[in-house]
Amino acid sequence: MAKKVLIAEDEPNIAVSLEFLLEQSGYEIRTVADGEEALRLAREFRPDLMLLDIMLPLRNGFQVCQLVREAPELSPMKIIMLTAKGRDTEVAKGLALGADAYITKPFATKELLDTIKRLLE
Amino acid sequence: MRARFAAVWGACCALIFSTQAIVFFILDSALAVEERVALHRLLADNADILVVSSVILIVLSGLIAYWIASRHFAPAHRLSESVRLIAASNAGHRAQPEGAAEMRELATAVNVLAARHEAAIDDVQARVTEARADADQQRNRLAALMSELAQSVMVCNADGRILLYNERARSMFSAPTGDREAPAAYVGLGRSVFTLLESDLLSHALEQLRYRLSRGEARPVAVFMAALHGGSLARVQMAPVTATGDDAVSAAYPLAGFVLLLEDIGDEVRRAERSDQLLQDLTESVRSALGGVRAAVENLVNYPEMAAERRRQFTGIIREEADRLTSKLDRTMREYSDYVRSQRSLEQIRVADLIDVIRHRVETRLGLLTGVEEVDPSLWVMVDSYTMVQAVSYLASQLKESLGVRAVRLGGVAAGRHARIELTWIGATLAASTALTWENEALTTGGETSPLTFREVLDRHRGEAWYEPGRAQRRSCFQLLLPLAEPGSAAQSSASRAGRPVYYDFDLFQRSEQASELDDMPLAELAYTVFDTETTGLEPSAGDEIIAIGAMRIVNGRLLTDECFDRLVDPRRRLHPDSIEIHGIRPEMLEGQPTLDKVLPAFHKFCEETVLVGHNVAFDMRFLELKERATGIRFTQPVLDTLLLSAVVHGNLGTNEHQLEAIAQRLAVKVNERHTALGDAMITGEAFLKMVPLLAERGIVTLKQAREASARTQYARLQY
Repeated sequence: MAKKVLIAEDEPNIAVSLEFLLEQSGYEIRTVADGEEALRLAREFRPDLMLLDIMLPLRNGFQVCQLVREAPELSPMKIIMLTAKGRDTEVAKGLALGADAYITKPFATKELLDTIKRLLE
Repeated sequence: MRARFAAVWGACCALIFSTQAIVFFILDSALAVEERVALHRLLADNADILVVSSVILIVLSGLIAYWIASRHFAPAHRLSESVRLIAASNAGHRAQPEGAAEMRELATAVNVLAARHEAAIDDVQARVTEARADADQQRNRLAALMSELAQSVMVCNADGRILLYNERARSMFSAPTGDREAPAAYVGLGRSVFTLLESDLLSHALEQLRYRLSRGEARPVAVFMAALHGGSLARVQMAPVTATGDDAVSAAYPLAGFVLLLEDIGDEVRRAERSDQLLQDLTESVRSALGGVRAAVENLVNYPEMAAERRRQFTGIIREEADRLTSKLDRTMREYSDYVRSQRSLEQIRVADLIDVIRHRVETRLGLLTGVEEVDPSLWVMVDSYTMVQAVSYLASQLKESLGVRAVRLGGVAAGRHARIELTWIGATLAASTALTWENEALTTGGETSPLTFREVLDRHRGEAWYEPGRAQRRSCFQLLLPLAEPGSAAQSSASRAGRPVYYDFDLFQRSEQASELDDMPLAELAYTVFDTETTGLEPSAGDEIIAIGAMRIVNGRLLTDECFDRLVDPRRRLHPDSIEIHGIRPEMLEGQPTLDKVLPAFHKFCEETVLVGHNVAFDMRFLELKERATGIRFTQPVLDTLLLSAVVHGNLGTNEHQLEAIAQRLAVKVNERHTALGDAMITGEAFLKMVPLLAERGIVTLKQAREASARTQYARLQY
């Protein structure tokens, strides 16, 4: 059965590429554009992995990550943070809040796919 | 004097009666019995004559006693007061010859002595002045140096009392703090620096200094950041002033004081924040746009067999992100040039000098020949000279590149409130449209590019420029209008610098906080605020109000005319016409002035930790007392009154002699300006300082003694 990936990204131009890329790689995907939706779908869609942008409307990626990690039933979910902020402090914060990986834009698609694959093995 | 007169008269009477009695008894005992009877009869028969002659004798002796008293005792009294005055404070005073010939002679002799004394004092004074000139010169050099510093400087003694500061320090702390009337604290000689900066912070820094001194560090300095009351931030450096004496005290307490260097870095911090923000913003936008582009490109490359619809979608994304990136970069550059603009401030420069610099740059960087047209040497403009030179050089560079111009000429003349700077050349003319495009290009000269455009340089200088094509002799030119520097502002600032650049009182180094009550402090060592008020009328209890407060500080026996408080107050009621004649303050002068509830807190702050001094101060204090409930401000410090002190010093003079004007004349105080609050406060202050040695002569040395002596005078009972 195909692994499920939730894309939480409010930049449509990146979201489109991500959708295409992951579909081509055989994942079942859903896309949301704000933090509240991301939390809702985390429960309904029960993805195996979430690609989480930090700069999201309503709730930012840090908050979403923290709330997901507080819910024990969601614990198997992997989280990759995706962001245009490249400061060390933010990387550290993201990982401390429970993200499994942290990828800075602009990213190589191969690197992203490899990371996803590694986390879902 | 009255008592003396009575005593003399009494003695005369006693003498008369006792003489009569003695004569009677001698006769009585020497005579035979019948002769005695005859004498008694004779006396009894002529009793009325005897009584009348006795009365005449008593009256006569009274007259003589009065004559002696008025010609000897009173003049002697006044003479001794004159001598005291001459000896203690006014060597120019002369005794009035009066009374008996001997007394007049004595007064004349005293005056001869006084003249010698005065000459001797003048001589000593001249020598002291001479000796001081050298020290003053050194101090003035220091003062000039300090006034040039961009930092605020304050030198304090070990207790944190300010004994030197520069103008910048004062302006740093007198910045408005919300309520315009009450600066959070005053900078002034003898004031505590602990009220200016957070005291825990200062104590901590002082401890650090002491620790470093004790470890024998070569250059012990404490550096810290302090919040200023205006919400700004200062970088503070604290360096020790070490004790120079080799006695035990200096060894035990090596820190005699400290120097504070303060730099307001509020702007610096804000600018750094802004530049940081710009960079952060740009980075994020670039990352995000590139993220979109890169993902799309890689998809296109990695999945060549994708549907045509998809392909179009991805190429569309790439174009869109590229556009977004471009406009973001443009926006950032614009903001950055704003930022650069805010960094440099305008300075005053002579047009002739500006032109010299431009010529130099144009010749060396561009290799053009330059010449000078008419230049008005008296013109000054406000410019950021660096960018202005860049801007004009840019024009010359464009002329060289586009038209092949080989020589330019520069001129600068007045044009109304502007200076008109001309850049002329002979030969090819320029298309107006080209000239316009030059305006909006970034300034480039000799390979150097500035983020600013010519137009932006003009805007920030509030200037204008245009191109005039050649008419006669093919002379074309660029005209550049720049606002002239405010007339006199350059001269003024240098004048104020020369006038009173720095305020210092190094003698405060000697002074250390004494735990003793103010009451036991010597008058000569206390800090005072001498003040005076003007009012709408003379009846505070009937609703008259204060309309002006003037005050000056006395520190270490010196009246600090630079540290004054001078405010008009809107009394919210009509002025009494009679009062206008006295103080000359007209109702329209009070319009828009703050009310007393605004001014009083500022005044209260101003006289913190000082003894109040005023002339007939009970009157002023009554006004202040009546405001206590409304404003919640109480003046609890000790108060001295020069009216009462004058009565203490010169008790034999009439009431009129204790008016401020009479006191000033008697004590040789110069009267510049009367009946303004500040002018009167100044006279009161000078007079008070002259009274201190006179009081000391009478054994009145401490504040307590002065207050008690004042209370004993007859004037102390006046009520308002």
